[in-house]
Amino acid sequence: MSRAKGEVSNAGTGAPDPRAAPGATGGYEAVIGLEVHAQLLTRSKIFCGCSTAFGAPPNSHACPVCLGMPGVLPVLNRRAVEYAVKVALATHCTVALSSIFARKNYFYPDLPKGYQISQYELPLATNGYLDIPLDGGGKRVGLQRIHLEEDAGKLLHETPGPYSLVDFNRSGVPLIEIVSQPDLRTPEEAGAYLRELRSILVYLEVCDGNMEEGSLRCDANVSLRPRGQAAFGVRSEVKNMNSFRNVERALEYEIARQEKVLRQGGTIVQETRLWDAARGVSVSMRGKEEAHDYRYFPEPDLLPLVLEQAWVDQVRASLPELPAEKRARFVGEYGLPPYDAQVLTSSKALANYFEECVRLYPKPKVVSNWVMGDVLRELKGDERGIEAAPVTPEHLARMLRLMDSGTISGKLAKTVFEEMWRSGDDPEEIVKRQGLVQVSDEGAIGPAVEAVLQAHPGEVEAYRGGNDKLLGFFVGQVMKATQGKANPQLVNEILLRKLRGG
Amino acid sequence: MKITRAEVEHVATLARLALTEAEAEAFTAQLDQILTYMEKLNELDTRGIEPTAHAVTIAPVLREDEVRPSLPPAAALSNAPAREAECFKVPRVIE
Repeated sequence: MSRAKGEVSNAGTGAPDPRAAPGATGGYEAVIGLEVHAQLLTRSKIFCGCSTAFGAPPNSHACPVCLGMPGVLPVLNRRAVEYAVKVALATHCTVALSSIFARKNYFYPDLPKGYQISQYELPLATNGYLDIPLDGGGKRVGLQRIHLEEDAGKLLHETPGPYSLVDFNRSGVPLIEIVSQPDLRTPEEAGAYLRELRSILVYLEVCDGNMEEGSLRCDANVSLRPRGQAAFGVRSEVKNMNSFRNVERALEYEIARQEKVLRQGGTIVQETRLWDAARGVSVSMRGKEEAHDYRYFPEPDLLPLVLEQAWVDQVRASLPELPAEKRARFVGEYGLPPYDAQVLTSSKALANYFEECVRLYPKPKVVSNWVMGDVLRELKGDERGIEAAPVTPEHLARMLRLMDSGTISGKLAKTVFEEMWRSGDDPEEIVKRQGLVQVSDEGAIGPAVEAVLQAHPGEVEAYRGGNDKLLGFFVGQVMKATQGKANPQLVNEILLRKLRGG
Repeated sequence: MKITRAEVEHVATLARLALTEAEAEAFTAQLDQILTYMEKLNELDTRGIEPTAHAVTIAPVLREDEVRPSLPPAAALSNAPAREAECFKVPRVIE
């Protein structure tokens, strides 16, 4: 749910006057802030011992606490606090040694108590930042706050008739809400921010980062202002964007919508809008939502959360290498281009795979090309991810050594790789089994070259007449005739000799 | 006046309370008295005193992250005014 705290202020600035838009600097600038909710990977819920496991039968993970029965008391889960602190430290926030929980009051059928336990004043962490990689550089995006709260139940709407069904298995699952400063200016920046944040959460192993299943959710506050104006315009809040692509699409749509309104001299209404991915539009929820008046007050059932500095330091010491650090190391230690470093560190598992390959075959750029090219291409059709890649680092390294020793050509390597992926077999075995050994014997290649030249007298004449480009054609024909096994360098040499010699 | 009739009605709406004319009148007067009384607290000089969120100042005991048995679904649903497919059945809230 959205909340009213820490919002981009727009009261009193009114709508920017479109005539005041300085045409020279090009119209309007978007101001975007994101609120991200991440489900923490604890085993039990935030305030009770019910399981957080996904996919259980409805209402089988519910107890008096998460059903909101009268007289129960919440007891905070230590691991939820630890995970939230990890994220706070990884995003350079100041961790509050004393923070308080608050009740956020509203009525909705998925909220059994009539309030959500959240944090409002004095959240767990404030004032951090994230460095996001962008084409041609990067950008530092501020984080306003990170706080702990409980998730609501799940409403199922697919029943016929004027009813909804409620499953409270998710009620009380721990969430952190991460609120950015309004520092983002384009949908691309918002996408990059979200990817970087997701990557950090997954590296920390505190959230599985799955947007489609709702373990990571994103709402966006969007406003426009004439370029060069410091004051913010009136914003709208866009919800229900359940993929990276949808966040970018929804922001593009919302920016275009607001720009059109402003250019026509209209004013933006502060409202919540729902993104409809199927239709590619956002729809106003105006009239369907109560004014945001949550009457927050300190949760009387929970004492202030007090942390020991020593414990926070301990958590800090346990942080793994984070995506930004790994990227920098991949550039420095392996001499990779920043783009390669970014792709290879997009997940910890992929980075580990790459590093294991390099350990066995210490030519980082060669390994990078294979991992970014062939490995990632094969993975696209495979839901299981790199952990389940049938080609192990050992096999890939061995295949690369077969290339170096001249046993197989680059072209044959592609075939070997595909076969390794299909069968999971060792490259040497595949080479032997399929007779893929590169032919570097002039006595075997010579006749194949001769046959190709005889079959294409017209091309031979054209080549000799000065059309050098035909060499590639001849090489291709010879490779085809030898099922790709001929040593391409040797084929080149023999072809040149025969073509020149006549 | 510390509170207006309109504010009382607004809070009643947020709390899903239907007040009669007489009740709205009576509560406005009572809440006004309570708020006036609370104003007394503002007479205290609280400069340099940490704001308190709770009456006790001990650190809370945290729970270890261990799963404990939940209620059987039938028990969880036993107070539901209506149910279907092991779920609580409620009036549709959207569309």
